[in-house]
Amino acid sequence: MLVESLVVAGAIFVVGTLGVIVRRNVIIMFLCIELQLNAVNLTFVAFSRYVGIEGQVFVFFVIAVAAAEAAVGLAIIISIFRHYETVDVKHFNLLKW
Amino acid sequence: MTEILFFMFAAVAVGAAVGVVASRSPVASLLFMVTTLASTAGIFVLLEAHFLAAVQIMVYAGAIMVLFLFVIMLLNLGTEYRRDIQGNVALIIGFAVTGLLGGLLVRQLSGGTAGLETNFGPGDAIDAALLEHGAVGAIARPLFTDYVVPFELTGILLLVAIVGALVLAKKAV
Repeated sequence: MLVESLVVAGAIFVVGTLGVIVRRNVIIMFLCIELQLNAVNLTFVAFSRYVGIEGQVFVFFVIAVAAAEAAVGLAIIISIFRHYETVDVKHFNLLKW
Repeated sequence: MTEILFFMFAAVAVGAAVGVVASRSPVASLLFMVTTLASTAGIFVLLEAHFLAAVQIMVYAGAIMVLFLFVIMLLNLGTEYRRDIQGNVALIIGFAVTGLLGGLLVRQLSGGTAGLETNFGPGDAIDAALLEHGAVGAIARPLFTDYVVPFELTGILLLVAIVGALVLAKKAV
């Protein structure tokens, strides 16, 4: 089942990448990053059947880091929204050259 | 039976992932994301990672997605159905990158997957640990012996994230 899991994980990762590049709503972009993290988790779990239980331990850490990242990222989004009154990345051009 | 369940979960996971990117309403995107996470948890169960499946449902689909939904509701984006696709250049770059990644994946996996299918033995060791210590004990044993320092560091990281989120979301930064 390893190869099938890797194909599914790769497909989800590619769809997440497309979402990050194509969408402009910053919350959807953030959601697509979570999608990519989830695909990587699936890869780790699939390989843990063949390499050892460490893969599952690592997924545990990835989920904890994803929780921290979601908290800080959403706080940043709220802070930006308060300033620009929009979540469209088109308008976030303060640091754009 | 396992194969049928696997392909069902896989199809739902990939289809809902496409739904996350394709749907216009942020709330619909989020519900598709929850579907993807739940299907992935099902695949985790089929790969004998029962504890992670439970954590995935509780922490990911439960806590983190509710946090996202809370922010969408707080910013009043639930009724926004405007088109929010990037311009043509970014679209071309997006599909080019996606095509390259997908092509690489197909090429890698169609080349030679025979070496990947051989079971080196850790699968049996994991099954033995599951039988002896249970679903939680099998992952808790390495977590609290070999990986206890990273585990404690994760606690510090979560504390830093809480403080950072509070400071960032305060009225006057």
